[in-house]
Amino acid sequence: MTTRPGARVLVIAAVAIACALPFLLSNFRLFQFTQVYIYAVALLGLNMLTGYNGQISLGHGAFYALGAYAAAIMMDQWHVPYGWTIPAAGGICLVAGFLFGLPALRLEGLYLALATFSLALATPQILKYFEHWTGGSQGIVLTKPAAPLGLPLNPDQWLYFLALAVLLAAFWLAANLLRGRVGRAIVALRDNHIAARAMGVNGALYKSLTFGVSAAYTGVAGALSAVAIAYVAPDSFNVFLSITLLIGIVVGGLGSISGALYGALFIQFVPNWAQDISKAAPWAIFGVFLILFMYFMPYGIAGAVRRVAARRARSQRAGEAGDAAASVRTTT
Amino acid sequence: MDTFIQQVVSGLATGSIYAALALALVMIYEATEVVNFAQGEMAMFATYVCWALLSAGLPYWGAFGATLALALAGGLLIERVVIQPVENAPVLTIVIVTIGLLVIFNSLAGWIFSYVQKPFPSPFPKEPVRFGDIVIGAHDLGQIGVTLVVLACIFAFFRFTPLGLAMRAAAQNPVSSRLVGIRVGWMLALGWGLAAMFGAVAGMMIAPIVFLDPNMMGGILIYAFAAATLGGFRSPVGAVVGGLIVGVVENLVGTYVRFIGTELKLTVALALIIVVLLVKPSGLFGRAEVRRV
Amino acid sequence: MSALLEVTGLEAYYGRVKALDGVSFTLADRGITTILGANGAGKTTTLRAISRMVRTTGQIRLAGEPIDRCSTEDVVRRGVAHAPEGRGTFAHLTVEENLRLGAWGRRDRAGLERDRDRIYGYFPVLRARRKQPAGTLSGGEQQMLAVARALMLKPRLLLMDEPSLGLAPLIVQEIFRILREVNAETGVGILLVEQNAALALDLADHVFLLETGRVVMDGPSELLRRDDSIRRAYLGY
Repeated sequence: MTTRPGARVLVIAAVAIACALPFLLSNFRLFQFTQVYIYAVALLGLNMLTGYNGQISLGHGAFYALGAYAAAIMMDQWHVPYGWTIPAAGGICLVAGFLFGLPALRLEGLYLALATFSLALATPQILKYFEHWTGGSQGIVLTKPAAPLGLPLNPDQWLYFLALAVLLAAFWLAANLLRGRVGRAIVALRDNHIAARAMGVNGALYKSLTFGVSAAYTGVAGALSAVAIAYVAPDSFNVFLSITLLIGIVVGGLGSISGALYGALFIQFVPNWAQDISKAAPWAIFGVFLILFMYFMPYGIAGAVRRVAARRARSQRAGEAGDAAASVRTTT
Repeated sequence: MDTFIQQVVSGLATGSIYAALALALVMIYEATEVVNFAQGEMAMFATYVCWALLSAGLPYWGAFGATLALALAGGLLIERVVIQPVENAPVLTIVIVTIGLLVIFNSLAGWIFSYVQKPFPSPFPKEPVRFGDIVIGAHDLGQIGVTLVVLACIFAFFRFTPLGLAMRAAAQNPVSSRLVGIRVGWMLALGWGLAAMFGAVAGMMIAPIVFLDPNMMGGILIYAFAAATLGGFRSPVGAVVGGLIVGVVENLVGTYVRFIGTELKLTVALALIIVVLLVKPSGLFGRAEVRRV
Repeated sequence: MSALLEVTGLEAYYGRVKALDGVSFTLADRGITTILGANGAGKTTTLRAISRMVRTTGQIRLAGEPIDRCSTEDVVRRGVAHAPEGRGTFAHLTVEENLRLGAWGRRDRAGLERDRDRIYGYFPVLRARRKQPAGTLSGGEQQMLAVARALMLKPRLLLMDEPSLGLAPLIVQEIFRILREVNAETGVGILLVEQNAALALDLADHVFLLETGRVVMDGPSELLRRDDSIRRAYLGY
């Protein structure tokens, strides 16, 4: 779809605007957008697994935590430069996700969701248990990195660009994976896994690999968040994180790459708006927003965008067909 | 040995709470394939309603009965008003709507009734009951008793009444149900109503022990998930048996295994889920789903 | 005598795909009519249109009253029983429970017990198996159960979709014999969709033929039974 020239212009314009933001917004706002990009990477990962491959995970907060803590421990205990911790965290989560994906092959739909939900619930307790590594309930305090090479950027601006760069790389990689053979294979496994396997798709391998790659993306996001926030603590990786990620991909749009960005914007900003509307019961307002979104966009924001675009294309084609018919009539 | 029996009975008592909530979850899942994440919060809210009725001066069993009726009506209304507009949407969409409901109920309860913990009365006597050397709390016995009565009524309803038959039919085969004239949408709404009723029973029974608080049902919902998974999410009997097993195991593990404090007790429940799922993915009582390919 | 069912200009849609393209026909009161046609011609869709299970435009009148704006449940309550393709039995419920459900939409509840006994009289094997889960019955028995369940409604019109599917010819003949008996005794109108043309023509008084969503032939079944050339032209045998 993004091979259309119009879409490509939109993407370039969006990236240009994104690059301009650090010089227009306050540090706080900028930090919020950094968080949006981080969430978007995590949502890309989760969407790959749940949207494209149909394996429902309510436990991706665990991989986010794994990535965050891996990066934090590497920076804190072994003084690894933050730049290396991010891909390292991704690698660790790739393996962890793949290993988790193997027994998960036995579980379908609801039961996989429940098993991953259990993982999410257990995460804060496991983190607190291994105090020696994780610093227990106190967590680990890190230092915010300054911009490298003496660039004239404050730390928040630098982190923003770092997150943006990772996001663009993540999007590019995802687009190539999901729009080619691999993408078709994992979607085929979702839609009719017996037929897919009958056609030669190695179900077990692809499903576990998808789990691994999806975990890797989320782990990278977690590592980025550790760098950006400069602090990790067990209670920020509780079950609500996993639920928030799930909300993100459904609201953004399952099975769509752009959905990750829409979803990230939703989960970052809508709770704040809810709080602005009502100090007394902000989550009630958030709940109402959530329900209304599902009413009007049951296929997510990306789904709604696609439908509007399709309708516009259809009426355009009808207009063109009408013109063509008219021109034929006049010549006969 | 006496401690063991006491702990088992105590476990059965908490287990009956998990069973009631698990039954609610299974009822809705069986008919719609949706896990109602808001089940716990709806139960909590119903318990607050009971508290309000009691504060207004109603006697306990009067308030209890009125709350059950209100929960029935409330659940029915929620299905017709909030769920029905998206009933043909993908399952995950409906799940997100239930998450929205979860958050709304939790927030509303805190706003209307405040986050300060409140005591909630138990209708059972304070003195424990003695069987020889064994001492069992009256509330524990009462909990088991009330849950058993509610369950018996429900099973009788489904087995022997025409409406119960119609509900079973609508859950199993909505298309054929429409072809015999059953209004499947209203059967679904009734299912939500009954589920809300079970939740209310669970809430009113547990509140005297954990104190009334907007977040009181969170942990219990997790145990209910464990129970329903253990029993097989499509089996009402499984939900009840699963609940009792989870309650007993939780209690015994907490008592006899030293290094597992309250924090890790939850992890134990979850480990139980995972082990069951790996060994028998459809649960103890679940039917393996046979699908046409 | 008003017709039992009048269908005029019926179009039916699955999404944007048109399955019926202006179907019109009339069913006489108390008659047995069969719809024949190849796979995909629109036979099942016609029955689903009458049962309001598919989106339609056009008119449908049951004993003079329009039903094309009604819901499925309303049409059932007006006395239209539909035994769908694949029987549609409630497999996890007992035979008895299936029959009780059949009477759910019934307006006139007097004589329910008596009707049930009469239906057991038509299908004694069902009485023998009445406590068994319906899913454990054989294909032929399940088809009998589907007919029995439909009859419990005390319908004015009985819609049957491919009852012979997957059944041995002897069993189909037995079921058709019972249908003829029921029609003679109670006067219920029957609209039968069938692929097995020979057996259907034997049972029905009237036939019409569907081809890609249109009625291409409409006449007494006698015509197709006796006239070889017409039958060969339309049915190929």
